[in-house]
Amino acid sequence: MHPILRLVVQRIALGLLLLLAVSVLIYAGTEALPGDVAQAILGQSATPEALANLRESLGLNQPGYVRYFNWLGGVLTGDFGKALTNGQDIGQAIAQRLGNTLFLAACAAAISVPLAVILGLVAARYNGRWPDKVISGITLSTISLPEFVAAYFVIYLLTQVIPIFQPVAMVFPGMSFWAKLQAVALPVIVLVLVVLAHMMRMTRAAILNVMQSAYIETAELKGLSPMRVIWKHALPNAIAPIISVVVLNLAYLVVGVVVVEVVFSYNALGQYLVDHVAKRDLPVVQAVGLIFAAVYISLNILADVISIVANPRLRHPK
Amino acid sequence: MNEELHYIVKRAAKGLMSRREFMGRATALGVSAVMANALLASAARAEGPVKGGVLRAGMAGGESTNSLDPALAASEVPFMVNMTWGEMLVDVTAKGELDMRLAEEVSSNADATEWKFKIRKGVEYHNGKTVTAEDVIATLKRHTDEKSQSGALGIVQGISEMSAEGDMVTLKLASGNADLPFLMGDYHLIIQPDGGVANPAEAIGAGPYKVVANEPGVRHTFERHANYWDSSIAHADQVEILVINDNTARTAALQAGQVHMINRVDPKIVELLKGVPGVSVEAVAGRGHYVFIMHCDKAPFDNKNMRMALKLAINREEMVEKILGGLGTVGNDFPINAAYPLFDDAIPQRTYDPAKAAEHYKASGHDGSPIVLRTAPGAFPGAVEAAQLFQQSAAAAGIPLEVKVEPDDGYWSDVWNVQPFCASYWGGRPVQDQMYSTAYLSTADWNDTKFKNEEFDALLLKARAELDATARKEEYSKMANILRDEGGLILPMFNDFVEAKRAEVGGWEADPNGELMNGRALVKCWLTA
Repeated sequence: MHPILRLVVQRIALGLLLLLAVSVLIYAGTEALPGDVAQAILGQSATPEALANLRESLGLNQPGYVRYFNWLGGVLTGDFGKALTNGQDIGQAIAQRLGNTLFLAACAAAISVPLAVILGLVAARYNGRWPDKVISGITLSTISLPEFVAAYFVIYLLTQVIPIFQPVAMVFPGMSFWAKLQAVALPVIVLVLVVLAHMMRMTRAAILNVMQSAYIETAELKGLSPMRVIWKHALPNAIAPIISVVVLNLAYLVVGVVVVEVVFSYNALGQYLVDHVAKRDLPVVQAVGLIFAAVYISLNILADVISIVANPRLRHPK
Repeated sequence: MNEELHYIVKRAAKGLMSRREFMGRATALGVSAVMANALLASAARAEGPVKGGVLRAGMAGGESTNSLDPALAASEVPFMVNMTWGEMLVDVTAKGELDMRLAEEVSSNADATEWKFKIRKGVEYHNGKTVTAEDVIATLKRHTDEKSQSGALGIVQGISEMSAEGDMVTLKLASGNADLPFLMGDYHLIIQPDGGVANPAEAIGAGPYKVVANEPGVRHTFERHANYWDSSIAHADQVEILVINDNTARTAALQAGQVHMINRVDPKIVELLKGVPGVSVEAVAGRGHYVFIMHCDKAPFDNKNMRMALKLAINREEMVEKILGGLGTVGNDFPINAAYPLFDDAIPQRTYDPAKAAEHYKASGHDGSPIVLRTAPGAFPGAVEAAQLFQQSAAAAGIPLEVKVEPDDGYWSDVWNVQPFCASYWGGRPVQDQMYSTAYLSTADWNDTKFKNEEFDALLLKARAELDATARKEEYSKMANILRDEGGLILPMFNDFVEAKRAEVGGWEADPNGELMNGRALVKCWLTA
């Protein structure tokens, strides 16, 4: 087997194992929460008979590992069960909200990733001079703002002072792509502000690191323009660290944007999870937890694989 | 009337000019404020309801865990959703009178133990079926079922027998209750075909709008029920509730015109919002109140002197001023205010008196150890600050309060009704009997002060069956005095509903029964532009 292929297969297998371990942790963790699920559903007015009936129908009388495998079996066949609070099908609700989450993340990534890389290259090119200082200064100050402050500022500026957007960013099935883009404009701006600096700084640092190498000196001595040296010779060799920080930020855009969702009332997974945690709706918490873990693990595998593929020593085995 | 005045009155009535702007210009034209108000009101009446359009409300108080099952409604958005698609037997008007809805007539026997409701003929559900007396019985049965988890369970428990004959529903009660018709206006008791037993969350009702999209925690959209029986309401073609729990986003959405009305305006920004063109703030004095509850059966609150000391050690005026931003009224340690019928305004107002509080505190013989008061940001808006104010005013009387801030998560299951002293709130009820029965009767499900008083219970049962208003008022007054002096309730303030709407909303009316015109704002208002 080609060494790259073997490494990729290994990574994916490891990822799946990890996901399985996470599923056990999520299940055990939520089960260990204080309070009984049946009690949580019925509330303070629960009668002992109603409690017993509900425990029976939820299968709570079975041992924990049996319930775990039942749950896992359901998940593997795409059946997440029904929410305890309002009986909605969890799979359907998650599918729609995951779509919204990914849409927001994709929009933010489509702007922030190229922008961060370009800004990083420019900053590296003018290392220590004013373009570098301006870029670093601006991105560092936007990342230092807490998300909700940035969000309120953007709301004030773009819905009140210059009213070009709507403050509430809900998207619905049936909305045109253009309408969706308009709806998510404000949260996207905030997310770009939040993730830009991290990726930009890493790009800059990785490029500068490579710039110390002998072959860069050779390229410079050949008389290539500085931008061309960076683009053709430095960037390909700096790709691994850049990819890993980009992926880390992509993962954040999917699983870490609850605050932004809340401020803009954006109907995605984070808000959904928070509401159900508050109501102790465990099947939903477990399902969303597992999906977040899957997203995180897959993105990390992706980063690994890209770094492996980008490694010349592996690409050309002896 | 001079021409310019005529012009601005018309503009204001059409909603093209905010009320504030109108009053300013009218005053500049030499018209008195009273006169300007009267002009505007008559012009608005002449303008009349406008049909059509999409009316939107932006609301706090919705979660993605919400269900359309009327029995389960507990927060503000599900309440408003219910009031938009559902119809009960009766409604309660802003003045506190009965508004006959699906019931056309209501009558009782002499001791109020048997009630008859005549069901309106030919009223259609959203699915085309006709409302029958059997449906009413089935609905009530569903809510009386112990397993129903219905929020109206406590209300319908007193019904011992129900029967339907033709279009007449008869309810027999274990003991007389003169307020029973009001209880039928509870927002959980939406009449559904066959009681909605098969699928209560289907949202088939006889209300003015039918549900089009239901995305809990995000939005709820409705369209007018074409065959709705009452043509005097339901003006907009479509109505929509957007769930916007974030205060800033909700206010911004109103200012940007994304929604036409919002609930729960933060008292801190009321003054700012008042200056925004096209937007008006409506503070409505209601029955809701913010409280500190002591368990009368646990030390040190099982000591009457201790309870009295704490009641005297709270500065009510300061609370209203600082916590509610002046948008509220002082409370008097019983859960009834002037918004209730039969309220006795002769009961003296309790005021902050550190000297007397100190006396009672000494008489209680407390060992001087800190008294723990638990609170949480979500107990009520400003609950943590209110507890700290209480701590300071009590310290002046030599009472050592210790404020413990608990997390919001789990507050209602782990602290409220469990810990002996904590902050809480009540939304109020349409009538005194219901408020007292829900929380202060010895056997009440939600007796969160563990108040047990035989004399009080006897008076409550007596007043309940009393059809003579004067005698009832006297009994209620006695009960208020007992609770005020003996109870575990510290009630420093009644909070207003603070809401805001855009100038293009017509038909707005202050309603003390609940937020956003008791949940009927989308049904009763219209868009003028």
